[in-house]
Amino acid sequence: MLNYIWFGLIFISVVVGTITGRIDQVTEAAISMSKTAVEIAIGLIGIMALWLGIMKIAEESGLINIIARLIRPITIRLFPDVPSDHPAIGSIVLNMAANMLGLGNAATPLGLKAMKELQSINEQKDTATDAMCTFLAINTSSVQIILPATVVGLMGASSSQIFITTIFATTMSTIAAITSVKFLSRLNRFKIKHDKDLK
Amino acid sequence: MTDSFIILTNQISKYIIPFLLVGIPFYGLIIKKIKVYESFVDGAKDGFDIALRIIPYLVAILVAIGMFRASGAMEMFISLISPILNIIGFPPENVPLAIMRPLSGSGSLGLFTDLVNEYGTDSLFTKIGATMFGSTETTFYVLAVYFGSVGIRKSRHALVAGLIADAVGVIAAVYICKIIFI
Repeated sequence: MLNYIWFGLIFISVVVGTITGRIDQVTEAAISMSKTAVEIAIGLIGIMALWLGIMKIAEESGLINIIARLIRPITIRLFPDVPSDHPAIGSIVLNMAANMLGLGNAATPLGLKAMKELQSINEQKDTATDAMCTFLAINTSSVQIILPATVVGLMGASSSQIFITTIFATTMSTIAAITSVKFLSRLNRFKIKHDKDLK
Repeated sequence: MTDSFIILTNQISKYIIPFLLVGIPFYGLIIKKIKVYESFVDGAKDGFDIALRIIPYLVAILVAIGMFRASGAMEMFISLISPILNIIGFPPENVPLAIMRPLSGSGSLGLFTDLVNEYGTDSLFTKIGATMFGSTETTFYVLAVYFGSVGIRKSRHALVAGLIADAVGVIAAVYICKIIFI
């Protein structure tokens, strides 16, 4: 899926760029975006280190376990294939909390930590598990109860009007994410193909 | 009423990070008596590895999307899909943002800024745009970074589910704003 989308984007860009005479800009974009990608990643190092450090304290002091136990009734349904006392659950919960509160800087490191822990119980290391897909879908649906700072900055006082509408739309998209991820995981197309099945 | 509520939530959000930064080490050191400094350094070490590991995935995604935008293909795609979305009551002014949102964070912020400059903060288009912005995410970026950090290459149904969630989010944004603000 991603293979075709990725190739499609590049292929269409070159064809359209040739037709519209913007091939120079296409080349320029390819080079400048590869630089941007590295800058983003390097820029993450400090923030990642900060939050992963704090998370380690939370983990070793048992704080993560307490949080994981508290919201176990929900996580058991969302992530049935993850043991409910697994450290992954704690990180997932903290990532969602950070997203809800609009703390983008904290959300990414916590999310990556959660992925790392989900990967530790993954039998096939190059393939996403159901839990990973569910986690990702919920993340991309952006559960948010505090408006993004950029929107508030641009809209000023009017931003208070979109509070209710944002909550409504984000709730809808989260419901859609959970429903579709659960439904799609049952389709044959998306089933995990185990190495032993292929032999 | 909502005005003061917004101010209150934004005030609270200002204190969340400082609270976590002091609260978690407090719990660790004072209550559980663990070596918080050493734990912190131990955990922080991973930051570098993870950041390095996501670079190839980020380059792949951002280059493809950057080329797509620069070639003019994005505009063509938007003008192609606009009439279809108009049938279901989608205002043409909000189509570019809806398409851009899952692809590019900086691109969609730029389009939202355009809406604010063009139509003002009190227009329906701006409110729909802001609602879209708050209720969806840059799915491709999140997918690349999250899966890339652990070396997942077969993403299975995650992308489709994420895009469905984005679609539902932008459509819900249009309808709820039309109901409340018209």
